[in-house]
Amino acid sequence: MRILRILLEKEFRQIFRDPAILRIIFMMPMIQLLVLPMAADYEIKNVNVAVVDLDHSSYSIQLVNKIKASGYFNLVDYNESFEKSLEYVEHDQADIVLQIPASFEKDLVREDKATLFMALNAINGVKANLGGAYLRSIINDFNREVRLDWVQLPRVNPQPTFQISSINWFNPLMNYKIFMVPGILVVLVTMVGSFLTALNIVKEKEVGTIEQINVTPIHKYQFILGKLIPFWVLGLTTLSIGLTLEWIFYGIVPVGNLSTIYIFAAVYLLGVLGLGLLISTYAQTQQQAMLISFFLIMIFILLGGLYTSIESMPTWAQVFTKFNPVSYFIEVIRMVVLKGSTLFDIRYHLMAAAIFAVVLNSWAIVNYKKRS
Amino acid sequence: MIAVKVNSVKKTFKAEKSVVTALQQINFEVSKGELFGLIGPDGAGKTTLFRILTTLMLADEGAASVDGFDVVRDYKEIRKRVGYMPGRFSLYQDLTVEENLSFFATLFNTSLEENYDLVKAIYQQIEPFKKRRAGALSGGMKQKLALSCALIHRPSVLFLDEPTTGVDAVSRKEFWELLRDLQKHQITIIVSTPYMDEASLCDRVALMQNGKIMEINSPKGITENFKKPLWAVRGENMYQLMQTLQASEAIDSCYPFGQYHHVTFTHAIPDSQVASELAKIASVVEVKRIPATIEDCFMELMRQ
Repeated sequence: MRILRILLEKEFRQIFRDPAILRIIFMMPMIQLLVLPMAADYEIKNVNVAVVDLDHSSYSIQLVNKIKASGYFNLVDYNESFEKSLEYVEHDQADIVLQIPASFEKDLVREDKATLFMALNAINGVKANLGGAYLRSIINDFNREVRLDWVQLPRVNPQPTFQISSINWFNPLMNYKIFMVPGILVVLVTMVGSFLTALNIVKEKEVGTIEQINVTPIHKYQFILGKLIPFWVLGLTTLSIGLTLEWIFYGIVPVGNLSTIYIFAAVYLLGVLGLGLLISTYAQTQQQAMLISFFLIMIFILLGGLYTSIESMPTWAQVFTKFNPVSYFIEVIRMVVLKGSTLFDIRYHLMAAAIFAVVLNSWAIVNYKKRS
Repeated sequence: MIAVKVNSVKKTFKAEKSVVTALQQINFEVSKGELFGLIGPDGAGKTTLFRILTTLMLADEGAASVDGFDVVRDYKEIRKRVGYMPGRFSLYQDLTVEENLSFFATLFNTSLEENYDLVKAIYQQIEPFKKRRAGALSGGMKQKLALSCALIHRPSVLFLDEPTTGVDAVSRKEFWELLRDLQKHQITIIVSTPYMDEASLCDRVALMQNGKIMEINSPKGITENFKKPLWAVRGENMYQLMQTLQASEAIDSCYPFGQYHHVTFTHAIPDSQVASELAKIASVVEVKRIPATIEDCFMELMRQ
């Protein structure tokens, strides 16, 4: 115990003397949580539309006005040449070209149907997809209005129709921040836990201090605990800072119990630290450790369900996410923050986190050698 | 009483495609309380040998024991009773002098106060800076701190890997005086150095080259083994002189040594005729008979 105490004392002393670590722990959550959610916005606004109006009828003008009034679209140009509009797309000034044919109003009135042409710039797939969908729904809406104008509907609808109305459970206003910010916090805690542990141990290798430690009679487990405990505490500190920032700046208060998050995080961090430890047993320099961690964290984020939902991934990718500790914590924190899940609800996640902790740490301990 | 025993130890490293032999057939014994020097140039295998003896590395073949304990089987016991000072400064640079000392003392379950008599002489020199971070100390001070840390648990065998490399002449001299003092405490010291002049300060030395020990003897014994008369020669144009002498049949060896060239002859020549013999080969300004140093012996052994 005396040896473990002096190891911890030494580790905390070094941490508090290293201004870079303190900055990482306090500044990184601030910047990531305050700036990133603004940018990581799913809503598509400011879709640039170029309208080619060959009709110039009252209906075509009504349609263009409706598009403008929706608030999602910027009218880049209003002209009579498809080639010219396509040029805007080529210069990346327009995302969508909407062509209204010359006989639009005539066809609509005489034949009860008319066609419109829509060309989407698919370089940014998400924007093209969502922008196209918005535009389509505006046109549908316009279509209905036109029909209402013409047809006097009977009092009782001759055919039965469905009216669908929906309600969004757990996040009624579909506020994406409530759902993004906790996810970003999870990534942050993971990075602090794994990067700092790996870098810290590899630094001892690089400077040569580990050699001096290795000739002392301390046990492997004492050395490893002396490394894990400080970074476990730091990880939980980052989590607490992050949760406080979420509450202050976004008013996010978990519906569920805070202790559920902390209990899961405590187990989860053991796994993350084990990962850092494992990296440190393979890497010889801090540069190597940094690159390995970075590579892994990229995969963890992209296959973690933070930005894209896991359910819509291909099956093989879904299998991968089962081996991604980050995906469990992202799911848990969203469940607890939005839905108020209890420890019982997250029992399988907790079990997975415990397995990660056991496997990664045992692997690291086996691989850590005091002599070569 | 034998403190360190090394028995036909061999160690190889795998490089890209070839295998580098770092140590081959190393045998030696060091008795308790001895100051034993490993002398050899860079790459001779001194550090590898230290790493095997301090249980940081496993030998491919052979056996070794420290303080009666086997380096493979009883590594735990050895770690309790040896002090190791690596060639590179390996203490925590962001901890102060005092913190480093108490940290290592605690790891060995002891304290600075308990062994103060042992480290007193060294610690007193760095005590004025005890609140300073180790990284901010000068080279000589760092060495003294490292030595204090290696001694803090009263080891029975002390391994010092090139402790004086990169240290100024005055600090080097002080350092060797400290080592002499430590012998009074019955501590066996094994020290490696690339400096030949430090060999004469040891009780016994082993001359190492390319992973082999060429000779083990007392410094006096080694120089006495140098049988041929050795001459120091000086000329107007030293470089040309060396080339001429090396090309000559009568000259056995010739190599630069400070201001002079050290020369031996193939056949014995009476002392009185040496000057005239040399004058036949090249123009020399000064010729004098000198006693052989360790370095001369090393050069001679390398030639064989």
